[in-house]
Amino acid sequence: MENLGLLWDGLGAALTPMNLLYAAVGVLLGTFVGVLPGIGPAMAIALLLPVTFGLEPTQAFIMFAGLYYGGMYGGSTTSILLNTPGESASVMTALEGNRMARAGRGAQALATAAVGSFVAGTIGTLLVAMFAPALADVAVEIGAPSYFALMVLALVMTATVLGASPLRGLLSLFVGLTIGLVGLDLNTGQPRLTFGVTQLVDRLDIVVVAVGIFALGEALWVAAHLRRKPARVVPVGQPWLGREDLRRSWRPWLRGTAFGFPFGALPAGGAELPTFLSYVTERRLAKRSATKGRGTEDEDEFGRGAIEGVAGPEAANNASAAGMLVPMLALGLPVTATASVMLSALQGYGIQPGPQLMTEHADMVWTLLASLLVGNLLLLVLNLPLAPLWARLLRIPRPQLYAGILFFACLGAYATNLDPFDIALLLVFGLLGMAMRRFGLPVLPLILGVILGPLMETKLREALTISGGDPAILWSEPLAVAIYAVLLLVLVTRPLLSRWRSRTESRIVAEAETEAVTEGSAR
Amino acid sequence: MSTEVETPAAGAAGEGPGGPGTRRVDAAQYGLAAVLLVVGAYTVVDAATLEVGFADPVGPRIFPFVIGAGLVVTSVLLAVATARGSRPEPEAGEDVDVTTPADWRTVLKLVGVILLTIATVTWLGWALAGAILFAGAAWALGSRTVVRDVLVGLVLAVGSWYGFVVGLGIPLTPGVLDGIL
Repeated sequence: MENLGLLWDGLGAALTPMNLLYAAVGVLLGTFVGVLPGIGPAMAIALLLPVTFGLEPTQAFIMFAGLYYGGMYGGSTTSILLNTPGESASVMTALEGNRMARAGRGAQALATAAVGSFVAGTIGTLLVAMFAPALADVAVEIGAPSYFALMVLALVMTATVLGASPLRGLLSLFVGLTIGLVGLDLNTGQPRLTFGVTQLVDRLDIVVVAVGIFALGEALWVAAHLRRKPARVVPVGQPWLGREDLRRSWRPWLRGTAFGFPFGALPAGGAELPTFLSYVTERRLAKRSATKGRGTEDEDEFGRGAIEGVAGPEAANNASAAGMLVPMLALGLPVTATASVMLSALQGYGIQPGPQLMTEHADMVWTLLASLLVGNLLLLVLNLPLAPLWARLLRIPRPQLYAGILFFACLGAYATNLDPFDIALLLVFGLLGMAMRRFGLPVLPLILGVILGPLMETKLREALTISGGDPAILWSEPLAVAIYAVLLLVLVTRPLLSRWRSRTESRIVAEAETEAVTEGSAR
Repeated sequence: MSTEVETPAAGAAGEGPGGPGTRRVDAAQYGLAAVLLVVGAYTVVDAATLEVGFADPVGPRIFPFVIGAGLVVTSVLLAVATARGSRPEPEAGEDVDVTTPADWRTVLKLVGVILLTIATVTWLGWALAGAILFAGAAWALGSRTVVRDVLVGLVLAVGSWYGFVVGLGIPLTPGVLDGIL
């Protein structure tokens, strides 16, 4: 209950007219950038980071909150109205959402996505407010060896569990850790991997790395493979939900939230698996109630645009976006690309990631959480009426769109230090990002490696200094041992899990296609 | 009628992309492995030159040693996997068509435009360099509405200059337009 009081205080800080304006600007900018095809939430936040440079931390946080949920919502609009999802988390939304749009029910798809995001985001944020402080209280007691183990767990799991190829995940992780080494060694002040370049001595600016890898890398990769014919945009009207749609949506929203939140909070959980699980569940439930004859025959619309198939995964997506705030705020551990970009932004305010985040900067954390609630509400209020306008953004000509991304990426890099050298660095990381997309190297392990690498080294050296260099201290704490055991267990069971998942996934996609085809030929 | 014949075929193709006959070695992956191998080795060599401080049992060397070694090992493994036929899964996206061959000329043009920006931004100032960047990039990507692109670029660049300098208090360089803006 004490937490609710603190959240209330945070709301007080967030609810001044000026701050509401920042929240609204954040939501609008976030949605605007998120809707643009080819821009996911992480890239949207990375691109918009420079906008917050001149702001006070509190206002910047409020804007982040808006950007964050705005960017997420914008991404789902894109996947519903375009055939091709921009990121793995929207694959499931796109599956039914796009069918709904083509069947003339795009407005309902957008509405159930928006309301579902609002419901999941609000429940998720409240859960964060309940869990994160308790976890943070425990977290400050965690010793260096256990904290080190936790980071190893987060990094190894993101590298090996997500994505198709564990080897490529590990490669990407090591490249990220190498990038994190560049600059002065924190203890002895000796330069590492700086090649004598003065700008590299005070470490790489994480904003430049993130914008380079996410924004410029993506733009260059798209440039190399630009679709000749842009994907077909389905026209859409004013989003609204009829009573029947609402009746069919609310349970999937809640179930999706229940799937999304815990996965979001786990390392390597992300939004991909919960959206998938939510989709499968809704599909099974719809099938069962259709065969039992409880509902009308069109209750099982899966494969033809079922509203449950949009409501569930969208809620799961947003709930996991809220869930990832738990490890980020309580432990200072980012577990998704978006979280790592947000955390890197905090570093710009001299806030170090780690378990002390919640205790040392409590007021800021509560303001952020309150702003997330406000941003979420604003998102619903602003975006439902604006949806047709956002849909029009999807028709923006691609040369100008990607030229704009290049423009804002360079502006962001340049504005960090007003030094053209940073644009050069941006270019280097952009080329790296493009190469990673070409070679199927996942981006997330790299960016987590860049951010967590230095922190990991600090904890490692802290632990080893205490023990006088004896590595046995790394597994001297019970928590550390437990974490390594979990890691081992996951690594052993991973092949089984991924085989089950890919089999179910390909079956569902194939089935959905078959149904759509039979449906088409029946007409 | 034809759809029913096509469906199982489409499903089978979806199951196993590229059957046993189409397995080719992705030679470029050897290049990637080689580059990463060099980076890893250099990280180890660079770390070896560091001095371990007094009363510091760990020092600044261990962490780079481990990372460099890890990079070397994983890049060797990548080379082995490449030889055994492991091919990357290029990232797909809304505007990405991975079935077409890569268009490196466009990428080179874009890199050129960014290099031009790096060279001129201090002298020209952001308002002009940014406008050239936008128009140049749009042209490189295939837009031929040059006048409109330059105008849009100018609006974006001048607008962002004012936004940053006045709105956010970040003094972007005015360059040759000093006094005019």
